[in-house]
Amino acid sequence: MSLFNSKNKEALNNPLWKDNPVVIQVLGICSALAVTSQLEPAIVMGLSVTAITAFSNVIISLLRKTIPSRIRIIVQLVVVATLVTIVSQILKAFAYDVSVQLSVYVGLIITNCILMGRLEAFAMMNGPWESFLDGIGNGLGYAWILVVVAFFRELLGNGTLLGFQVIPDCAYEAGYMNNGMMTMPAMALIIVGCVIWAHRGISKDE
Amino acid sequence: MEHFISLFVRSIFVDNMIFAFFLGMCSYLAVSKTVKTALGLGVAVTFVLLITVPIDYLLQTQVLGPNAIVDGVDLSFLSFILFIAVIAGIVQLVEMVVERFSPSLYAALGIFLPLIAVNCAIMGASLFMQQRVQMDASVSTQAINSVWDAVAYALGSGIGWLLAITALAAIREKMAYTDVPKPLKGLGITFITVGLMAMAFMCFSGFNI
Repeated sequence: MSLFNSKNKEALNNPLWKDNPVVIQVLGICSALAVTSQLEPAIVMGLSVTAITAFSNVIISLLRKTIPSRIRIIVQLVVVATLVTIVSQILKAFAYDVSVQLSVYVGLIITNCILMGRLEAFAMMNGPWESFLDGIGNGLGYAWILVVVAFFRELLGNGTLLGFQVIPDCAYEAGYMNNGMMTMPAMALIIVGCVIWAHRGISKDE
Repeated sequence: MEHFISLFVRSIFVDNMIFAFFLGMCSYLAVSKTVKTALGLGVAVTFVLLITVPIDYLLQTQVLGPNAIVDGVDLSFLSFILFIAVIAGIVQLVEMVVERFSPSLYAALGIFLPLIAVNCAIMGASLFMQQRVQMDASVSTQAINSVWDAVAYALGSGIGWLLAITALAAIREKMAYTDVPKPLKGLGITFITVGLMAMAFMCFSGFNI
């Protein structure tokens, strides 16, 4: 029983593309749309969700034989809420600007369907190490979608990436204009729609 | 009185849960296939909001806020756990009531009724309410400074959500007959539809009452 046998690898790799939580299972859409108007909050959000998914998976997996099944939802919610509180306090202490930008969406990680979905579907039935890998995999699967969406929205909406200007001044002088629509909520939906379109177009085996 | 009305109308149209903040997106996309179930879920969400947000308001001002119980102690870091506990309790209650009085609606909503507990719309409304408690009513029309403000906000948000999900369900029912490119079918085109609807709702954003 090695740490990275084929089953564990699958737990880590599947959510990245084949079984992606956002574009295939349509979980955790709310925050994927809301925090992606710029790249920096999107990256922070992706990492926070990855950490919380991984550790809540481990905790629930360790407790899985002692939790009575009738009250498991409440137990899961409490574990997740505790971890989210910790992350939110850490963000407030060390990255205050980002935590202001993310506003309520940090708290909304509690109600992120990816977390509850993984806890119910995976952590309740598997050991801590597999659950940890599964949490990391799903978190990263979520994070890369966020980064892709935020990349396009920030690049086309503000002409910047991570706050640095990437579209040269001469382009603006030649008449190029930022598309202000990209920073609006409406375009987030349309870009996610296009990402789903591309993903399904590439993986045809459906 | 004026403040209630403006808070209510704003939360339906300008600060619409779906189109401005993307709250409750998971069930919004999954349950919007037919108008009837969409309407049912919309009513359930409105009802749960209407009960939980005022309760969370009282918790926030009487228990959690700065200097609420003990002078100089700010317990608001506990708000996530307390709010989610209140929401989970109320959802359990609503589930029992719906099962008793409308078994057909209960069957139609299926798994999504218990999932209202993890519907971001409910938690999101509570967290936005927590932010708005600190605002001043004379400056901002978004301020929530009494239980009645919280009720108006919850009702408006719920109705806004109901409006959004019913409209999307109606569009999707019609769209079943259209010819959509294959990889875009289903989820992809739904996202783009919601995006276009959000654009339409953007025209309310300059709206002052």
